[in-house]
Amino acid sequence: MAINWFKYSAPSSFYSLAGKLTPIFFAVASVLFVVGLYIGFFVAPTDFQQSEAYRIIFIHVPAAWMSMFLYLIMAGWAAIGLAFNTRLSSMIATAIAPTGAMFTFLALWTGALWGKPMWGAWWVWDARLTSELILFFLYIGFIALQAAIDDPRRADKAGAILALVGVINIPIIYFSVKWWNTLHQGASVSLTESPKMATIMLTGMLIMSIACWMYSIAMVLMRTRTIILERERHTAWVGELHKEGE
Amino acid sequence: MAWASLSDFFAMGGYGFYVWGSFLVFFICLAGEVILILNRKRTLLKQLSLIYKATKKEQDNETKT
Repeated sequence: MAINWFKYSAPSSFYSLAGKLTPIFFAVASVLFVVGLYIGFFVAPTDFQQSEAYRIIFIHVPAAWMSMFLYLIMAGWAAIGLAFNTRLSSMIATAIAPTGAMFTFLALWTGALWGKPMWGAWWVWDARLTSELILFFLYIGFIALQAAIDDPRRADKAGAILALVGVINIPIIYFSVKWWNTLHQGASVSLTESPKMATIMLTGMLIMSIACWMYSIAMVLMRTRTIILERERHTAWVGELHKEGE
Repeated sequence: MAWASLSDFFAMGGYGFYVWGSFLVFFICLAGEVILILNRKRTLLKQLSLIYKATKKEQDNETKT
């Protein structure tokens, strides 16, 4: 089956496609969240070292992963928008930023609530925590910069530069636990080694992560649709949309 | 299952504040984002339909005169 993917790089055709896909991703996310929470609270056993406090892992790790993935994807779309001058790519980058910022905040928040009982401190200036906080500021900076520029196309370009420069922070976050002596523990799951945790805990965590992915895709599609409407309000096809909506 | 009773479940082995403080804020944020986006879209559509009606009225008046 040949699909002309370039068709969907036009905001008008993407708008209707995204409208159809959003409920699907949202439904899958909801089901996976329920399954993940069930495993996290009722199937996974008590941890022998951390008792029940470890259950924060089921949202802490997915939130932290999403904060980094979403930044890379945001920077990727921003770069495509910058290089090829494609409007939709830049709109998607803009749409990713708030979701990414939210997951970064949640990684920090759940981390603080986990750090207090385990380390005795809500916050320490350790390399992992500090670089994740910088990631949060990068997202906020991206959003603020774009909001401060009236011309959307110029805002896209300025934001893209900021996002691309900030990409350097992602490997710093990821390798911080190896490069420096951190209070934060090393990676429990990596591509090169077998996971250092019980299978059922890992399963729950991965299901929660996929749920967060599906949720993020749904949110980004929804927000991109709104941005398309905002930016294309003067075009004929948005007018047509309103005739139908009457 | 690790829980003997419902109160046992809410206590989370003495870590209830930390565990529930994490999970509640997590899902409040996720739900909040959905609501914010839906509101933003609803407001925008309302504005757009007002503008559309206003321009249509203008055009109708022009054709009358």
